[in-house]
Amino acid sequence: MALVEINNLQAAVGGKQILKGIDLTINPGEVHAIMGPNGSGKSTLSSVLAGRETYTVTGGSVMFDGKDLLELSPEERACEGLFMAFQYPVEIPGVTTSYFLKAAVNAIRKHHGEPELDAMDFLKMVKEKMALLEMDKSFLNRSVNEGFSGGEKKRNEIFQMAVLNPKFAILDETDSGLDIDALKIVANGVNALRGPKRAILVVTHYQRLLDYIVPDFVHVLCDGKIVKSGDKHLALELEKRGYAWLENAGAAA
Amino acid sequence: MPTDEGAIETLANQEYKWGFVTDIEADALPKGLNEDIVRAISKRKNEPEFMTDWRLKAYRHWLTMTEPKWPNVKYPEIDFQEVIYYSAPKAKKQLKSLDEVDPELLRTYEKLGVPLEEQKIFAGVAVDAVFDSVSVATTFKAKLAEMGVIFCSFSEAVQEHPELIRKYLGSVVPYSDNFYATLNSAVFSDGSFCYVPKGVRCPMELSTYFRINAKNTGQFERTLIIADEGAYVSYLEGCTAPMRDENQLHAAVVELVALKGAQIKYSTVQNWYPGDKEGKGGIYNFVTKRGKCMENARISWTQVETGSAITWKYPSVILQGDNSIGEFYSVALTNHRQQADTGTKMIHIGKNTRSTVVSKGISAGKGQNTYRGLIKIMKNATNARNYTQCDSLLLGDKCGAHTFPYIEVRNTSSKAEHEASTSKIGEDQLFYCKQRGISLEDAVNMIINGFCKEVFRELPMEFAVEAQKLLGVSLEGSVG
Repeated sequence: MALVEINNLQAAVGGKQILKGIDLTINPGEVHAIMGPNGSGKSTLSSVLAGRETYTVTGGSVMFDGKDLLELSPEERACEGLFMAFQYPVEIPGVTTSYFLKAAVNAIRKHHGEPELDAMDFLKMVKEKMALLEMDKSFLNRSVNEGFSGGEKKRNEIFQMAVLNPKFAILDETDSGLDIDALKIVANGVNALRGPKRAILVVTHYQRLLDYIVPDFVHVLCDGKIVKSGDKHLALELEKRGYAWLENAGAAA
Repeated sequence: MPTDEGAIETLANQEYKWGFVTDIEADALPKGLNEDIVRAISKRKNEPEFMTDWRLKAYRHWLTMTEPKWPNVKYPEIDFQEVIYYSAPKAKKQLKSLDEVDPELLRTYEKLGVPLEEQKIFAGVAVDAVFDSVSVATTFKAKLAEMGVIFCSFSEAVQEHPELIRKYLGSVVPYSDNFYATLNSAVFSDGSFCYVPKGVRCPMELSTYFRINAKNTGQFERTLIIADEGAYVSYLEGCTAPMRDENQLHAAVVELVALKGAQIKYSTVQNWYPGDKEGKGGIYNFVTKRGKCMENARISWTQVETGSAITWKYPSVILQGDNSIGEFYSVALTNHRQQADTGTKMIHIGKNTRSTVVSKGISAGKGQNTYRGLIKIMKNATNARNYTQCDSLLLGDKCGAHTFPYIEVRNTSSKAEHEASTSKIGEDQLFYCKQRGISLEDAVNMIINGFCKEVFRELPMEFAVEAQKLLGVSLEGSVG
């Protein structure tokens, strides 16, 4: 059974139609990349899947692991195993990363009727994941994203993904603002988290990230629609020919 | 799916979950105020003549004063002749058992983790002789006495230690200080007294909790704490559990005296009745709190205020001695129609004096939160330093935050810094938390507690935990 099944999804923000009918099926174990020019609706798609209230779904459906995703609140989606790595992770002053993550882990465990992790078990679990992203343990005692560099914020996102162990992860422009070293660390972290039970949707403007996180499928989004799908070679071709190539194709279609 | 705005609204509109028992049998003087009433209060308390004279001086001075109108709060005119100024300690009707207590109140205690026996005290249930804290209190008293620490009610101190009262009463807040303090000086009923002798480090946190007759100290409370040279004391005022209270007008005075090298840490958690959603029936809290530091002394005020309809309060420090230190850490939360005009005054007189002010204001519902602070550095206070940080957090779009900082520096070697910020709990922050599986209510609590962290870490450990829970309860929504 498909893990995520998006059917003719349409969405608007502030009365403006952004997504104009997205169809996409993602199976467990697959990595899909969504590419597209600025304003094509990439971030809207991530936000709508995560349940951000500022977007209004105007049509279509999304099934997630057999459930109607659009009926669930953002926190229910998270508890059911949907994770989004934010393009702009927010700062929460005074709340330590470890406190925040422990609250998240236990909220999800509670949702599944599992007992809460105590501080010791939590710390043990978290330390393993930190090694994965080459993070210093002082990190846990810093306030969530406060004073973090761009690279640290993105690493923190993937670290949280490792800790929360989602079924479906959306990486929203995770490469933006990263230098090449940070990009490699983040990509290594993501690759380590690939597995037969987990699906990943990589949303990106540039092909660069896909050199490190090699996708099974690539889809090009233009003006709120997927205009072309292919394998990893499509990304390379796009890199060569530019989005204009497909924008025109989209207009023609 | 509810929007965040809507959900915050729900959180903000949560009501104070317990009612008051107003049915009282009291040994009270007739309402109104005149010299006879003042004399009668003094007489009932069997006070020495100097006290009666002091009260009368205050009363006569009070007649010449007018109620201050400068605070940024609005309330109907108070008729001071309608107030009952003395009512003996059986003012609260005692309940026979917890079964008679409002179950909502009990649930709140449970959320705050208040032990059963203590719940009885707060709710005004008669406590039987085996009650633990009573024996704890007795044990504590013996231990304190051994070290020479005097900790008793104000009335007791007037009887047992008149020389200390005579020397220090009004030495920090004179009877003529301000309208409410002067009124308090004339009619105060009781309060706490503490004296820590030279070089003694008080071995435990002193709390009104452990003073047997701490209940019913009434609306005009007077507290005097003296730390003699090199002494240390940490004092906790109030508790996080809501108290039953029939008095609408409160005008307390707290005086702290820190002699050479002494240190006083004074922590308050205040959770009085804030009034209903329309602001009716809440407590008016007009408090004067001030400390005086001699050479190398240090006074820290830490307060968490979530109750009262109106709060008017500026815990201050007079940094008289050289190298003395004053600190003020505050969290003030206003919800519904609560109004708070609070802050601090740091008066630098001695050389190399230092002060730190950290104020966190949280406004929700239609609450109005004002920070008013004065940093005054006198001519001779060379090399004085002040750092002020003043942050406001808004929940929803019908509340307000206001800041009135006054800074006066009269010499060129001193430095005063002021930082201020105002923020709204962001949609982005809430969405981020929810995307990680955290519920809206938990997310709001987490963000608020993070905001207040710098203040909470100044509170004694147990108090800090309770204070965190209290903020949660004060903002709690109808969703469970």
